[in-house]
Amino acid sequence: MKKTIITVVGKDKVGIIARVCTYLAENQVNILDISQTIVQGYFNMMMVTDASASPKDQGMLSDELDALGRDIGVVIHCQHEDIFEMMHRI
Amino acid sequence: MINIYEVNETNKMIERENLDVRTITMGISLLDCIDADLTRLNQKVYDKITHKAAHLVKEGEAISREYGIPIVNKRISVTPAALIGSAACRSEEDFVSLAVTLDRAAREVGVNFLGGYSALVSKGMTPAEELLIRSVPQALARTENVCSSINVGSTRTGLDMDAIRLLGEIILQTAEATRDRDSLGCAKLVVFCNAPDDNPFMAGAFHGVTEGDTVINVGVSGPGVVRTALESVRGKDFQTVCETIKKTAFKVTRVGQLVAQEASRRLGVPFGIVDLSLAPTPAIGDSVAEILQEIGLERAGAPGTTAALALLNDSVKKGGVMASTSVGGLSGAFIPVSEDQGMIEAVTEGALTLEKLEAMTCVCSVGLDMIAIPGDTSAATISGIIADEAAIGMINNKTTAVRLIPVAGKGVGESVEFGGLLGHAPIMPVNAFSCESFIARGGRIPAPIHSFKN
Repeated sequence: MKKTIITVVGKDKVGIIARVCTYLAENQVNILDISQTIVQGYFNMMMVTDASASPKDQGMLSDELDALGRDIGVVIHCQHEDIFEMMHRI
Repeated sequence: MINIYEVNETNKMIERENLDVRTITMGISLLDCIDADLTRLNQKVYDKITHKAAHLVKEGEAISREYGIPIVNKRISVTPAALIGSAACRSEEDFVSLAVTLDRAAREVGVNFLGGYSALVSKGMTPAEELLIRSVPQALARTENVCSSINVGSTRTGLDMDAIRLLGEIILQTAEATRDRDSLGCAKLVVFCNAPDDNPFMAGAFHGVTEGDTVINVGVSGPGVVRTALESVRGKDFQTVCETIKKTAFKVTRVGQLVAQEASRRLGVPFGIVDLSLAPTPAIGDSVAEILQEIGLERAGAPGTTAALALLNDSVKKGGVMASTSVGGLSGAFIPVSEDQGMIEAVTEGALTLEKLEAMTCVCSVGLDMIAIPGDTSAATISGIIADEAAIGMINNKTTAVRLIPVAGKGVGESVEFGGLLGHAPIMPVNAFSCESFIARGGRIPAPIHSFKN
């Protein structure tokens, strides 16, 4: 199972998690873990997800989440877990 | 499991500190394209490159999207063209036709540069190699994406002073042939001593004859990341500075290793090396000179610059080596003047001279890089500068290179704009005393002694 890390950063407002989670549910992406903080009014969330059951490939999910982020007014990244594992774990 | 702070650290490096993978370079051997018939040679070269690199750009972009890491350039390096064309090319024009073919192949597969219009003449020139060198001005004027490099010396062979003398003239002719574009052709011509076979960075990349049929080499970057990390240790001692650079270089290189592995797997091409270079760009905050300032210098070029660069270069290697299964290429800090905003400012303010840059090249990769000099500089002076730089490489067992741009029609006080990654540069003064009789001697400087190291 290849895990995907989704990060959401932006000005806090109502419904950010709801909209992101709705999108993920519609696309068969399972959420394994969520951590979230607010730093100086900025919403900061990281989700660990499993997209192996999704009919869409990761590039497509990444593009659509990027568009969703722009619609909400936040920045959403969707990246393979490997880039973080490589950098922070020996 | 990875936590939110680690994820944020990585993404901050990418978004705010210009962390990127500078290039995925596919090395392609053209040895099996050699033919005595020029038309057939050109066809085979075109077919092999467009076949092998057909998916390079597409897969590079896919990796970039999936990992969220910018991969700035997708490039190709090929076997030195002097070898490939030696059986078929009877004139300079024949070699130019090979350059045009390489250009066409590069455009077809969508890469922005193709390196390997090269000759390795560290001990002597064959007639074909001399023809290729003489064809360089026209080849670079009539192509967009082709890069040329000439290796004129090595620690094992000494320096080929005939080639160095010839290249002084060739560089001036290249400047003249691309006069309408601020002598841009010279930005695509590098003269090396101890050129590595697996360098992924342009303009000096070529696919050495010791390499396999195809290979993926990756060049990482990240001066901005190193500088930001050093901001947190202001005023601390040198061990702390070195440790901080090592840790940062490790993280940066791991990303390069990941991208290299992934590109190799997807393209079905063996992974070669990761080049651990700090490669600046003209973007604000993406500067090696700013790292030197953060270490404690008012400007690059101030006393202490060579020492600061030495520790930076060494620490980058120490940190990076463990992060990759195989390290190669140039691996070090690049100090191209026109491509580094901090260097440009240092030159403009008079802090950095050509002589100080030469001293800096003794302790870092690569050499006198992207330096604009007056267009009326003599061929002998350019050859003299090349000889000095090559001698540093020869004696110190390291790669050195010269990429000078004698800007046709311009002089000290003026500047040139190359655009994009090549940046812009103030024209630097050159020592006006002559080395005409020195260069006129010709012949070879013998290989240095490898004992009695002092």
